[in-house]
Amino acid sequence: MSEMKTAAYICTGCGIGDKIDAGTLEKIAAKEGKMALVKRHEFLCGAAGVQMIRDDIDQEGVTHVMLAGCSRRAKSEAFDFPATATTRANLREGVLWVVAEGGEHDEIRQEMADDYVRMACAELKKMKVPAGNPATANNKRILVVGGGFSGMTAALAAADAGYQAVIVEKSGQLGGWAARTWKRVPAAMPYAEPQETGVAELIDRIVSHPKISVHLNATVAETRGAPGRFAVDVATESGAAHSEEVGAIIQASGFTPYDIARLPELGGGAPNVVDHAGLEALAIAADGGAIKRSDGAEVKSVVFVQCAGQRDDSGAHLPYCSGHCCATSIKQAMYFKNANPDVDTVVIYQDLRVPGMGEDFYRSAQNKGVIFTKGKATAVKAAGNGLRVDFRDLILDEDAAVEADLVVLATGQVANSGVDIELPDEDPAKAQKVSILNLAYRQGKDLPILKHGFNDSHFICFPYETRRTGIYASGPVRRPMDMQQAGEDAVGAALKAIQAVENASLGRAAHPRSGDLSFPNVRLEGCTQCKRCTVECPFGAIDEDEKRFPVFNESRCRRCGTCMGACPVRVISFENYNVDTVGSQIKCLDMPDEFSEKPRILILACENDAYPALDMAGLQRHVYSAFVRAIPVRCLGSVNMVWITDALNSGWDGIMLMGCKKGDDYQCHFVKGSEMAHYRMSKVDDTLQQLGLENERVVTHEVAITDNARCARLINDYVAQIMAIGLSPMKGFG
Amino acid sequence: MTEAAYRNDFLKEVEAHVEAGHEVKRCMQCGVCAGSCPFGPYWQHSPQKIFMMIRAGKREAVLSSDAMWMCTSCYNCIARCPRKLPITHIMHGLANYAHRLGLAPKGQPTRDFAVMFWQNLARRGRVNELKLTLGHYFKDGIGAGIKQGLAMKAVGLGLYKAKRLNPLEIFGGHKVADLSGFHAIVAKAREIEDRKRGLAS
Repeated sequence: MSEMKTAAYICTGCGIGDKIDAGTLEKIAAKEGKMALVKRHEFLCGAAGVQMIRDDIDQEGVTHVMLAGCSRRAKSEAFDFPATATTRANLREGVLWVVAEGGEHDEIRQEMADDYVRMACAELKKMKVPAGNPATANNKRILVVGGGFSGMTAALAAADAGYQAVIVEKSGQLGGWAARTWKRVPAAMPYAEPQETGVAELIDRIVSHPKISVHLNATVAETRGAPGRFAVDVATESGAAHSEEVGAIIQASGFTPYDIARLPELGGGAPNVVDHAGLEALAIAADGGAIKRSDGAEVKSVVFVQCAGQRDDSGAHLPYCSGHCCATSIKQAMYFKNANPDVDTVVIYQDLRVPGMGEDFYRSAQNKGVIFTKGKATAVKAAGNGLRVDFRDLILDEDAAVEADLVVLATGQVANSGVDIELPDEDPAKAQKVSILNLAYRQGKDLPILKHGFNDSHFICFPYETRRTGIYASGPVRRPMDMQQAGEDAVGAALKAIQAVENASLGRAAHPRSGDLSFPNVRLEGCTQCKRCTVECPFGAIDEDEKRFPVFNESRCRRCGTCMGACPVRVISFENYNVDTVGSQIKCLDMPDEFSEKPRILILACENDAYPALDMAGLQRHVYSAFVRAIPVRCLGSVNMVWITDALNSGWDGIMLMGCKKGDDYQCHFVKGSEMAHYRMSKVDDTLQQLGLENERVVTHEVAITDNARCARLINDYVAQIMAIGLSPMKGFG
Repeated sequence: MTEAAYRNDFLKEVEAHVEAGHEVKRCMQCGVCAGSCPFGPYWQHSPQKIFMMIRAGKREAVLSSDAMWMCTSCYNCIARCPRKLPITHIMHGLANYAHRLGLAPKGQPTRDFAVMFWQNLARRGRVNELKLTLGHYFKDGIGAGIKQGLAMKAVGLGLYKAKRLNPLEIFGGHKVADLSGFHAIVAKAREIEDRKRGLAS
C-alpha cells in the first residue's frame, strides 16, 4: 500500500440527517479532515451504499475509509473491507440517541457530531491495514500435561479432530484418580446408580490411537517458544530426555486430595478413618461385595463427614467448597447400600449441594435408606472396635453422636498448579512447589494463579484461557470439579488449543481478539530497557534478551496493548492502533475557549464492555451530556500516560476512563489491563499538580456491559462536577 | 442418647407400620413444612423435626410427641413440600401408630376427642351428637360438665327449637339398619389395615 487515498462517507439514515447537518460534516471532513473523497448517502449500510464504497475502493484506489453513521459495533458485516483501513464516526449511538431532544440542543449536538468526524478523520490517517504476524509457526501438535481423565479426554478430543496429541504423564500409568475410582457419579438417565468409570476403555483408545503418543514416568523439564512453535523438553524417570515440538499445550495436571493427616480432630490419620480416595480403594478391593476395613472386619456402619477441612473460614484449611464431594459421598454410601441394604450409612452435611443432575442421585440414595443429617462434625474418636463421631445436629439443635465402623472424611481438591509465580523467590512456600511446565518465560515457570492455588482463568466468560497464550488449563487444576465437568472441560480446552494453533499458523491473535492480524511493533532503537512492558504484560508474552531489550513473542500476544500503555518512550505500536491513532484524535478537536461554558470531557472507554455499554445507553435513549467525546480503546491497560497529558495540555476539561471490573472477580478481558490502568491513574495526581490542575480532572470507573443507565449517570454527574470546578485554564496552548 | 442413634431401626419400624412411612426417608430437611404450618409455634415438633427424629432413632420422643395430634389437616405442608411428601398423612399415620402402641401423650385433648368420636360412631354406625357433646362436656368431671353445659344452654335450646337436637337420643339413639353388618365391615376393615401394617389386632 504505497499511496494513501482517503474517503469519507456520511450516512444520513436512521434519522441522522434530520437532526445533524450533513453539509457541515462534509465540509469538516474535506477541509479539516483532508479527506480526498467525501460522499453522503441516505442508507449507507444498504446494498447500494456498500457498493458505492466498494466501487471507490476498486476503481478510485481508495485505501482508507471513514464511515460516519452508526457505531463501529453496528453493521460490521456490511462494512467489512479487509484490505482497507476503516474507521467509524459514531453519530447514531454516540450523538443522535444520547443528546437531549429539542432545538435548544441543536448547536451542541452538531458540535459533537462535528468533533466525532474530525476525530475519525484524524485517526484514519494514522492507521495502516495490519499485515499479520510474519513470524507464523505451523506446528499443530498438541501436548497434554497429565494423563488423568481430563488429560486423556483432551488428547482424544484433539486426536479425533485430526490433530496429533502427546501425553506426558508423571506416574507409570494413565488414568489418574479416575483409574483408582471404583465407579463414578452417573452421567446419564436416570441418574440413580453409580456407573462404570469407563477409564479402562479410555486408556485402550488412547494407547491404540494412531495420532496419540504417550510418555509415562515423564515430566516437563522445560517449555520454550510460543503458540505454533513450543519446544518442550520431556524428562523421563530413567534419565532419558528428549524434545517435543508442539503448537499448543493443555495443562491437565489435576488435583491432590487434601491431606487428612491435617485433620486430626476429625480422626485424620487414625485407623478406619479414610478419605474419598481411601474408600475407593476399599471398594475396588471389595468389587461389589461387602466392603471391609483394613483390619478385615466387614463394615456394618459408616459415617461420611462432609466439608472436612473445607469451607473453613479459620484459615487453617481450605476456604472453598470442592463441589463434587456431596455427590461423591452419595455415590460411596450407595456402594454400601447396594452390597448390603442393612449397612447403616449416615451423611453428616452442612449444605447438601449436588450440581448437574445430582438431585436425582440424591433422591435415589434417600430411597435406598442413606440417612442424611444436617450437622457439623466436631470430633471423631476411637470407640470400642470402631469410632464415634460427635456432631451438632443442626435440625434438632442438639449435640449428638453416632458410632460407626468406618468414617469417611470428604476432603477437598488441592490444585496441582505448580509454582505460584507471584510469590517472591525467597518465600519458602515457593521453593516447596514443583513446577509443572517449567516455562522459560521472563515472568515465571508456571501459569499464574488467581486464588486458592487454582490457575487463573475466567470462570464464566473464558474458562480454559490462562494467562499464557496457547496453554490451556483443563480439569481440577483450574477449579474443583467432578469427572463429568472435567470431561467437558477437556473437550473445551482441546478446542481452544486447536483454535490457538490455527491462529498461530495464520499469524493471527488468539482469544479474545481472535483473528486480529495486528501485532505489537517495537522500535528498539528508542527503547530504554526499562522493562515495564516485560513486567506488565498480563500474558507473559515478552521476554528479554541478554542486553535486556524486550523480545516480543507475537503469537503469545493477545493484542491488548498493555505494553503500549506501559511504554514511557512510546516505542510500541500496532499498525491500526497506536499512540498516534488515539493521540491525533485527542488533539484535533475544535476546542471552545475557557469562557464558553462548553467543557470538553474525554472518555477513554474499553471497547469490550464500557464502549458497548455507552452504545446501549444510546439504544435505550439514556440522555447524557453532549460535552463528552468517547474514544474506544482495546483495553484500559493500553492507555498511555501521554494521552492524558496531551488531553490536559490541549484544554480538555476532564478525562473519564471506563474499564472493566478489576481484582479477584475481574471482568477484564485481558485479566490485568484494567487493574494496571487503575494503578497508573492512581499516580496521575503528580502530573495534574505539575500542570496546576485539580485532581478531579482525571477519574477512573469500573463499568460493566450492563451499566447502561449508570454510564449516562456517571457522565452527567461528572460534567456537573467539572462545571462546578470550572473549565480548564489550559485551553489555547495545545 | 439411645443406642440406636442415627441407625435405620426406627425408620424401618415407621416404614413397616405407619401410613406413608416409607416416604419419611425422602425428606430433605428444607423446612418448608415447618414454615407453612399454621400451628407451628404451638406444638412440640414441626414435621421437619419429627422426620429428622425418626432418622435419628428417637423412638420414644417421636411417638410421645403431641405434634401429630395438633395437625388440623390444612394440607399446607403437602401443597408446598418440594419433595412432594404426603406430610399430613404421615403425621396422622404416626398419631395412629403411637395410639395403637399406647405411647401417645395422655390427656391430649385432640386425641381424647378422637377416641370418643370413634367409640360413639362405631357403636351404632351413626354419630350420636347429643351423647358426643355431653361426653365431651363431662370429660373433666361433673362440675366442669355442668358449667360447660350452662354456658352452651342458648345454643342447645336453639338447636332444639330448630329440630336439630332430639333429647330422646340420650336413650340409645338412631342407628344404621344392619348393625351387625356394620360391625362386621368395621372389623374386616381393621383386620385388612392391621395386616397391611403388620400389626396384631
